[in-house]
Amino acid sequence: MAGKTLYDKLFDAHIVRQNDDGSALLYIDLQLLHEVTSPQAFEGLRLAGRKPWRVDANLATPDHNVPTTKRDGGVSAIVDPISRIQVQTLDDNCEDFGILEFKMNDHRQGIVHVVGPEQGATLPGATVVCGDSHTATHGAFGALAHGIGTSEVEHVLATQCLITRKMKNMLIKVEGDLGLGVTAKDLVLHIIGVLGTAGGTGYAIEFGGATMAKISMEGRMTICNMAIEAGARVGMVAVDQITIDYVEGRPFAPKGAQWDQAKAAWADLHSDVDAVFDTVVEINAAAIIPQVTWGTSPEMVVAVDAKVPNPANESDPVKVDGINRALVYMGLSADQLITDIKLDRVFIGSCTNSRIEDMRDAAKVAQGRKVAASIKEAIVVPGSGLVKAQAEAEGLDKIFVAAGFQWREPGCSMCLAMNPDKLEPGEHCASTSNRNFEGRQGNGGRTHLVSPAMAAAAAIKGTFVDVREMMEA
Amino acid sequence: MNKFIQHCGIVAPLDRANVDTDMIIPKQFLKSIKRSGFGVYLFDEIRYLDEGVADQDCSNRPLNDDFILNQPRYVQSSVLLARVNFGCGSSREHAPWALEDFGFKSVIAPSFADIFYNNCFKNGLLPVVLSEKIVEQLFSECAATEGYELKVDLERQVVVTPSGEEFAFEVEAFRKHCLINGLDDIDLTMQSVDDIKAYEAKRKGEAPWLFGAIKGN
Ligand code: SF4
Repeated sequence: MAGKTLYDKLFDAHIVRQNDDGSALLYIDLQLLHEVTSPQAFEGLRLAGRKPWRVDANLATPDHNVPTTKRDGGVSAIVDPISRIQVQTLDDNCEDFGILEFKMNDHRQGIVHVVGPEQGATLPGATVVCGDSHTATHGAFGALAHGIGTSEVEHVLATQCLITRKMKNMLIKVEGDLGLGVTAKDLVLHIIGVLGTAGGTGYAIEFGGATMAKISMEGRMTICNMAIEAGARVGMVAVDQITIDYVEGRPFAPKGAQWDQAKAAWADLHSDVDAVFDTVVEINAAAIIPQVTWGTSPEMVVAVDAKVPNPANESDPVKVDGINRALVYMGLSADQLITDIKLDRVFIGSCTNSRIEDMRDAAKVAQGRKVAASIKEAIVVPGSGLVKAQAEAEGLDKIFVAAGFQWREPGCSMCLAMNPDKLEPGEHCASTSNRNFEGRQGNGGRTHLVSPAMAAAAAIKGTFVDVREMMEA
Repeated sequence: MNKFIQHCGIVAPLDRANVDTDMIIPKQFLKSIKRSGFGVYLFDEIRYLDEGVADQDCSNRPLNDDFILNQPRYVQSSVLLARVNFGCGSSREHAPWALEDFGFKSVIAPSFADIFYNNCFKNGLLPVVLSEKIVEQLFSECAATEGYELKVDLERQVVVTPSGEEFAFEVEAFRKHCLINGLDDIDLTMQSVDDIKAYEAKRKGEAPWLFGAIKGN
């Protein structure tokens, strides 16, 4: 019999009941909650007179609606009344149901996908769900993690289980070293370009190969985070020493004898050598240079030295239509150089790129330089209160501020603009987030997805520029 | 949950690929803590000419006349015809809530994004996968005939055109059973309480660190 993939192992270890029709009841070890997709789930519990099955398997924090400017006043200081009610509702629900929440001004508050790993709540071998598609992030720990809808949030709260069925297995095998100035973000954008936004639909993706074994936990999180942008609900990386070192000592991580027991259990969290994948995609990381999205879907991505595509070179009519629509929406012309795109705003943050290494990458480029006068606003939004504190301890905030960037409080911010941070119609933004959909960062806004270093470089230059030029300087 | 056995209704053709859930219901409307009332904001950015605001009265907003749902022949539609990878992006269940609240009972497309597909079933909205070729045929028939209707029959697992042509579709037995009977997933799972408890006891022995580390308040 063939060996098992990492996904097979994780899935099989959590089956409470396997049904004849292929569906399974799967046990969930951790649910992360935030204010946007949980209110209706709590309401459902209340209406049915149900209680959470296990309070200690849940962790909550508000992130989407919180302001990133000064917020000493707490929830009552949120200007938008509807946002305020939503954050307040999370506080009330967690209070009522006894769930641990890092409230808006707790120093541990932040984006759920930054907070879970940072606290050691996300652990290897666990099943992790959240009412948010970027839950795939947590797969970086050799966990089985994916986004769910609000009805499922309620289902997990009530039963600690999810009704699901097994996905297919895909291996993305990354070989070759990433060049100087080329990051995990560039790698994942390139992969999405290769797979397409639906290429991973129905699959759990494992990112493997010699390159992945060298990438840091934060880089692995960036990569798994965007698996959903290739259509896959699940992205995963095998557990190795890098994983163990990252987890050790975190607040909710096992300690003492349990730590040794856990490490022994985690040693098996990799695909067997004879495991069979339904699909294998090989990627040569050494050939990748910094990436920029030009269109309105993450698959519309090219290298920084390339041109905006020309629909005349495409034969599939649905694709031609997509390119034409995107060109109009983005205000770009076919064959225009990427480095000729003028930018209005820059956003460094989001669950994809708001961890300490991202802050360091961007600060390195910003150091001793100035944001271009043509840029209306360049903001840096750390992913959590702890990332913010760490960056400040390293003096990164000072570097950003001296260069003309704004240094903000943690949250989702301009990734999806539910709070006051947003683009005006027609504005172009270099953004380290994960989605460039129409209107994502504000009605009519034009998003270009890039790495933190590329975003900082774009802020300095006012247009896109190959950050490697600024590194050699 | 709403039952779905069969439905016959006017078809609205949404001729674009990769329609994401940000487009189906933009983020400003996600601030609601309710489950209903999203229908007037469905496809807000392409449906209205002004920028939508949460909790707004939409009755006097300027409409984008080019958008299908604003065209008289489609305002009463209840079956949405779409292209590949419908519902990609954000996991927001507000997307099926908005479609359902508008009056849609079924969405037909060559493929759906996983999370959206799953969310539909929880809300009595039936996603139907038909081949690209058949979807193409339905698009042209729909364009050619005003008031074009399709019958989606879940019991028999077929889509029936006005001329009586039938196209079979696949659906998982469990999901079909739940939709036809309007069953609530939580009640169903609660029938397995003993299985859950048994699993949990075993898990606690194997991975005790996953229990009790996070203390509720
Ligand atoms: S940072 Fe963006 S993608 Fe991540 S959870 Fe927040 S809104 Fe979603």
